[in-house]
Amino acid sequence: MIQFLLKRILLALLVSLTVSLLSFMLMFLSGDPAVAIAGEGATDADVELVRLRYGFDRPIGIQYLDWLGGAVRGEFGDSYYFNLPVSELIAERLSVTMTLGLCGMGFALATAIPLGVVAAMRPNSLIDRTALLISVVGQAIPSFWFGLILIVVFAIELRWLPPSGTETWRHFIMPTVVLGYYAMPAIMRLTRAGMLEVLNSDYIRTARAKGSSELRVMFKHALRNAIIPVVSLAAVQLGFMLGGSIVVESIFALHGAGYLAWESIARNDLPTVQALILIFSMFYIVFTLLADVLNAWLDPRMRSS
Amino acid sequence: MKTLRSLRHVLAVSSLLVGATPAFADKADDTLKVAFDGEINNVDSYFNTTRGGVVLQRAIWDGLVHRDSATGEYVGNLATSWEWIDDTTLEFKLREGVVFHDGSPFTADDVVGTVEFISNPDSGVITQRFVSWLAGAEKVDDYTVRLKLADVFPAALEYLSGPISIYPSDYYAEVGPDGMGMKPVGTGPYRVESVKPGERYVLTKNEDYFDSPKGAPSIGTIDIRTIPDVNTQIAELFTGNINVAWRLPSDLAQKLDNTPGITVTSASSIRVGFIMMDAAGRTGDTPLSDVRVRRAINHAINRQEMVDTLLKGGSQVVNTPCFPEQFGCVQEYVEYDYDPEKAKALLAEAGYDDGVSIDIYAFSNQDYVEAIAGYLSEVGVTLNIKMLKFPAVVEKMKSDAAPMVFMSSGSWSLNDVSAIISEFFKHSPIDFAQDDEVLEWLNVADTAIDPEVRKEYYGKAIMKITDQAFWAPMFSYNTFYAFSDTVDYTPTNDEILHFIDMQWK
Repeated sequence: MIQFLLKRILLALLVSLTVSLLSFMLMFLSGDPAVAIAGEGATDADVELVRLRYGFDRPIGIQYLDWLGGAVRGEFGDSYYFNLPVSELIAERLSVTMTLGLCGMGFALATAIPLGVVAAMRPNSLIDRTALLISVVGQAIPSFWFGLILIVVFAIELRWLPPSGTETWRHFIMPTVVLGYYAMPAIMRLTRAGMLEVLNSDYIRTARAKGSSELRVMFKHALRNAIIPVVSLAAVQLGFMLGGSIVVESIFALHGAGYLAWESIARNDLPTVQALILIFSMFYIVFTLLADVLNAWLDPRMRSS
Repeated sequence: MKTLRSLRHVLAVSSLLVGATPAFADKADDTLKVAFDGEINNVDSYFNTTRGGVVLQRAIWDGLVHRDSATGEYVGNLATSWEWIDDTTLEFKLREGVVFHDGSPFTADDVVGTVEFISNPDSGVITQRFVSWLAGAEKVDDYTVRLKLADVFPAALEYLSGPISIYPSDYYAEVGPDGMGMKPVGTGPYRVESVKPGERYVLTKNEDYFDSPKGAPSIGTIDIRTIPDVNTQIAELFTGNINVAWRLPSDLAQKLDNTPGITVTSASSIRVGFIMMDAAGRTGDTPLSDVRVRRAINHAINRQEMVDTLLKGGSQVVNTPCFPEQFGCVQEYVEYDYDPEKAKALLAEAGYDDGVSIDIYAFSNQDYVEAIAGYLSEVGVTLNIKMLKFPAVVEKMKSDAAPMVFMSSGSWSLNDVSAIISEFFKHSPIDFAQDDEVLEWLNVADTAIDPEVRKEYYGKAIMKITDQAFWAPMFSYNTFYAFSDTVDYTPTNDEILHFIDMQWK
C-alpha cells in the first residue's frame, strides 16, 4: 500500500512538473508578457522598462528554472499585475473557491445519491423518469444561463437572495446550486446504474431472503457497494469544480481562484498563473489519491490488492 | 462567444423588464454603490494601467493644476500660479494650508519628492509615457518649487492636470508603491477607507478638503465593487445594490433606458477608432502600399451607419487621426464620403478589379470589425479577421506581420493630440506610414512653445495623413452610464467617473 502510494505521488509530481512547464511556455507563445503588463497604449519605452524590470530579456529556460527554484521553496514571487505576493493573493481567493466547491459538491451529493437510489428502486417508473429528466436538464443547461435565470427569479423578482458578492452565506446559495447542479447528473446516473447492477446480484437476494428490511438492504448492502465508482467520480468532479468554477465565479462576482486564473491568463501574469496551475493540478492529484483511499476503506477487497 | 454574449443580453434584459422596479435605500445611509467591470492592478496611480484606477486617482489625489472642462482653461489646484522660467523650467507657487489625509501638511517637499521619484526610471513607474518628460524638481522655498523638464514639452500643463498627482513624500518614501496601493494617502476629495485588491474599494468624503477648483465632495461614502459580468451589474442595479454602472454595451444600455428607476446617459468619449494600413509596405508586397487602395477602403465604409446602429449615443464620425475637440486636432482634412462606386473605381484603377484579400488584426470590438469587413466585401475587398489578445496584436505590428489593424486610442484622457498622432506617426515600430515629412512636422509641433505654431504643424500633418489615407479614421466612442434615479450626475467626455461631481437628487 505504501509503495503504491509513493509511486502515485511520484507520478503526480511528474505530471504537475510537466503541466507547469507547458503552461509556462504557452504564456510566452500567446504574446509578449511585457506588452501585456505595460497595458494598452503603452509606448516602446514603457514596454522595454517592464521587460528589463521583470527579467523577460533572459532565455525562457532560465526564467522557468528560476521560477521552479522559488516554487520548490514555497516562494511564488509577486504577481506582475497586482505587485502583491502571489501566495497572499491566492490564499484569500482560494478560500472563496474552496467554500464554493465544497458546498457545490455537498449539494450535488445530497441531491444526486438519494435521487439515484430512488430511481434504481423503481426502474422505468415515473420517479425514475423524473430523475432522468432532472439530470438531462442539468447536463444540458449552460451554467451562465442557469445562473442568470436564478438571479432573475430569486434576486430580482422574489428579492429573496442577493445577486452577487460574498458577504454572507446567503450570497453562496445560488452559486452553490448552479455549480452543484452541473456535477449532479453524472453522479446520479452512476449511482442509479451501480444500484441497479448491485440489486440484481446474488448477495442482495440472500440478504432479502434472510429477511432484512428493505431499507437495510438498500443502504447497508446495496449502496455501500454501488457507491464505490461514485467516490472516484465525485473526487474528479470536485477537482474540476475547484479549478473550473470560472463562469460561476464571474457571474456571481465571487472573487475566487478560478476567476483570478482566468483574468491572470488574459493579463499574462505569469507568477499567478503558474502558482494557480500548480495548485489546481495538486487538487486533482490529492483528490484522486483520497478517492483511492476511500475506496479501499469502502471495499475491503481493494485493501489487499 | 459573441453570439453567446448577445444572447445573454437579450435574455437578461427581457427577463428583467418583466414587472421589476428597483428599490433604493442608499440615499438614506449616504453610500453610493458603484460597479467596476475589471480589477485594478494597483491603486497607486503610477503603477496602474486601468480606467478604474484613473477614477480612483482623481478622487484620492490632486494635481498641481486643473483643467476646467467647460472652458478648457488651466487653473491652479495645488498650485496657485506658475511661470515658465525658460523652455524647460516651470516654477509653481503652491497653495498654503492644504493637508494630506494623514494630517501632514502639503509643502514644496512633497512636490519635489513625488517628481524626483517618478522621473527616475529606476523607480519602475509603469506609466512611463506620463512621466518621462520630467527630469526632476527643486525646492525654492516651502511654497515655491521648480520643475525641470527633460526636453521642451508644451503639453506639460495638460499632463500636470491629469495623470501627475502629488503624493505625501515622507509617507511614500516609507511605504513605497505597494504600501500606497493598499493604504493610499492624498489631498483629494475622498480618503480611502479600505482596499481589497481587485475586489473592493471604499472611499469616504474628505471633510477637510481645501477650496479646490475641482469642487467639493457631496456624497459621504463611495463603495466600489468589481462585478465582472455586465448582466450581474444590471441585476444589482435592479435590486438597488448598485447605484452606478458604467461602460455598458450600447445594445444593453438602450434597452435599460426604458426601465423605471434607472437613468441611462451617454457621453461621447475622447476615444477614437481607426484602421491602420501598411502604407510603408512593411509586410512586403501589399496592395495597401498603393494610395488608391487605401482611399478606396476609406470610401467603402459607411461610418455614419455604424455610428447610428452600432455605437449610438454621443459617438460621431471622425475624419481626423485624433478626437476633434483635442488641442491640435485641426479640422482641415481630406474627407472620404461613403461612396462604394468610387471605391470600386479606385480599386479597378489600381488593378484590383478582381478583388483582393487582406488580413486585419484586432483585439477588441469584433462587431465593429465584422461590420467593416461587410462593407469592404461589397467593393471586392475580402478581410480575414484575426482577433488576438492585445500583446499578440502589438507583436504582429512590431514584427511587420500585420498589414491592417483595427485599433482605438483614448489618448489616456489627455486633451492634446501629441498623445495620439505623435504616438503613431513618429517612426516607432507601430508607425505604419513611416513618413518622413509627417515626422518632421510632428517634431516641430511637439516641441514648439507657441500654441499657434503647434496647431499649424499638427494641421500640416493631419492634412497629409488624410490625403495619403494612411489611416481610415472611423468614429469617436461613446460611454454608456446607468444610474439609479437618486443620483444626480452629468458624465464628461474623458471616460472618467468624477465622484466629486455626484450628488443625491
